[in-house]
Amino acid sequence: MSMNRREFMQMLAVAAAGGMTLHSSFARAEKAAEALYDMPKFGNVSLLHMTDCHAQLLPIYFREPNVNLGVGGMVGNAPHIVGERFLKHFGIKPGSIEAHAFTYLDFVEAARTYGKVGGFAHLSTLVKKMKANRPGALLLDGGDTWQGSGTALWTNAQDMVDACKLLGVDVMTLHWESTYGADRVKEIEEKDFAGKIDIVAQNVKTTDFEDPVFKPYVIKNINGVPVAIVGQAFPYTPIANPRWQTPDWSFGIQEQGMQEAVDAARAEGAQVVVVLSHNGMDVDLKLASRVTGIDAIFGGHTHDGMPAPTVVENAGGKTLVTNAGSNGKFLGVMDFDVKNGKVVDFRYKLLPVFANLLPADPEMAAFIDKTRAPFLEKLTEKLAVTEGMLYRRGNFNGSWDQLIVDALIAEKDAELAFSPGFRWGTSLLPGDTITMEHLLDQTAITYPWTTLTEMSGEMIKTVLEDVADNLFNPDPYYQQGGDMVRVGGLQYTCDPNAAMGKRIDNMMLKGKRIEPSKTYKVAGWAPVSEEAKDSGPAVWDVVANYLRGQKVITQRALNLPTLKGMDGNPGVAV
Amino acid sequence: MNHQRRDTLKAGSGLGVFGLLVAAGMIKPELAQAAWNKEAFEAKTLDAAFGVIGAGKPAESGDVVITAPDIAENGAVVPVGVVSNIPKTEYVAIMIEKNPNMLAASFTIPEGTVADVQTRVKMGQTSDVYAVVKADGKFYMSKKEVKVTLGGCGG
Repeated sequence: MSMNRREFMQMLAVAAAGGMTLHSSFARAEKAAEALYDMPKFGNVSLLHMTDCHAQLLPIYFREPNVNLGVGGMVGNAPHIVGERFLKHFGIKPGSIEAHAFTYLDFVEAARTYGKVGGFAHLSTLVKKMKANRPGALLLDGGDTWQGSGTALWTNAQDMVDACKLLGVDVMTLHWESTYGADRVKEIEEKDFAGKIDIVAQNVKTTDFEDPVFKPYVIKNINGVPVAIVGQAFPYTPIANPRWQTPDWSFGIQEQGMQEAVDAARAEGAQVVVVLSHNGMDVDLKLASRVTGIDAIFGGHTHDGMPAPTVVENAGGKTLVTNAGSNGKFLGVMDFDVKNGKVVDFRYKLLPVFANLLPADPEMAAFIDKTRAPFLEKLTEKLAVTEGMLYRRGNFNGSWDQLIVDALIAEKDAELAFSPGFRWGTSLLPGDTITMEHLLDQTAITYPWTTLTEMSGEMIKTVLEDVADNLFNPDPYYQQGGDMVRVGGLQYTCDPNAAMGKRIDNMMLKGKRIEPSKTYKVAGWAPVSEEAKDSGPAVWDVVANYLRGQKVITQRALNLPTLKGMDGNPGVAV
Repeated sequence: MNHQRRDTLKAGSGLGVFGLLVAAGMIKPELAQAAWNKEAFEAKTLDAAFGVIGAGKPAESGDVVITAPDIAENGAVVPVGVVSNIPKTEYVAIMIEKNPNMLAASFTIPEGTVADVQTRVKMGQTSDVYAVVKADGKFYMSKKEVKVTLGGCGG
């Protein structure tokens, strides 16, 4: 039998999906599945944690980054480690199913072997499995749950709201949820979630009198132990996302408010205090070093799938900091042993959700089918076939974003294009058909308008510098947690260690230096200013048009900046 | 949420919060108006601003605490608060280093009053915010960086 490599790999994928055990590592994985998910109960208080699923109800592929640079005090620390160094740091066996779950290494081959990850029906099975021997366990949702798919956008988040209720979420906090507008968030809290899911956020207050908008924390009784869950919404929501969507809410890190909330919860009798956070991991690490009395921070936002918590020392003791990845790929399981009113020990595991190793929960699967049915025709439209892998995650660019900026330049007749450094968005394997649903996985937001702007060279530099500082400011409290704005057409050098305003240099367009005073036609999308509402057609329409015209998407080289001062940084592997 | 307070203030719309505080006798109008120091408010450099208020080179103090966002949600109205834990604090000034006119606000603190002030300042760009405090005749300061960004592109 003769077959080329791709045919061979495809056959394996089919075999794997059909439950056959042709491929030795998958066979091993199936045998190991019980071991993978067999986590014996420990202690007396258990918390399950999911975060940043970005409305992915079905199993998907998600490639972890090969560039996740740390600067300042974060160099070489979790989460700023990638690839082989990641495996070594966390003691994960190269080539194992865990190595595939947590790193980008051999992504395409391993994805074909092990299949898709996540999906609420499979996640639901895992949640039930974990709860079965953990009586009283709660499910915490770190937010970025209602945004990231066509169906979430078209149902005004209703599909995810209902899915979370079915999944059994107990407590959640917010980020992208707020982009449906303050009224919608409050409507869901007061109607759909009433008596079922608590929204907590100690750092959201009204702009006028600083009145709390949500409960700062809730105290739940788990097997006789009062456990406080303090909420921390994404601190920079009205900056990173449109201000007009939450005009009367103020956010921020609010360290003092956090300390007050923790102290109040302790005073109320809480024996365990955890923070459900959408700060991003670097911010959580700093917060944990300065606020006392927190047993663990369950983190999200930066989409870092961390197999083990970071233990942070502070004036009051120690705080565990976790981060649970994205796109429904992982479920965090924390078991605390609480004795004499305090946490004395813990066990933590971040379990990857492999759809082929966890049967779909029938009730959730039926719900998903029903909720998708009215939209199937739109979702399944075939736009093009991709020859290369498409992914987004990485500090500077991903092949999906390269495709988006290429499409924007072509369709808007621009000289260069910007695409936001979002960290959500699923991956596709070589040979996959790009459907409208896949395109919406990268673009479904409530402010999707495209823009075409005459921008001076000076302004272009200002934009790049501004975003670079949001990513590389050595003080995590000044970071916003996204990635660098993706640019099409423009080459530049970036020195992440340099001071604000001095990181970007050598900006070139088609071999010519960008002139500060000259104007350039710049395409973009996702404008945050209120004036830019309806500035142009939605980005998915623009990119879909391009894809339909191309039919086959050739593998394209990523436009990446030349990095300075990053040699040997464990946060980059090429 | 304290609806009563909200409604009370809404009922007094037109006066504004400050006007209400004055009306309620919480701040005496002469304090609000008497301290206008033209020269100080027109100072163009930090040293000049320090000089005009007689601060010279104030000593940095951990007892002067600035509350301000790390990143401003809206540069046009950045909430800045200053608490001085130094006994006999009689004066608090807020300065924005990168603003064209440095001095944004100054407060005279009557004897026996807790030195805890709050205001909103306008900031055109990322800058250090300075709090300068006079207590028992001596000047102290602290500073905090507030970033003003273009927005967008997050997470």
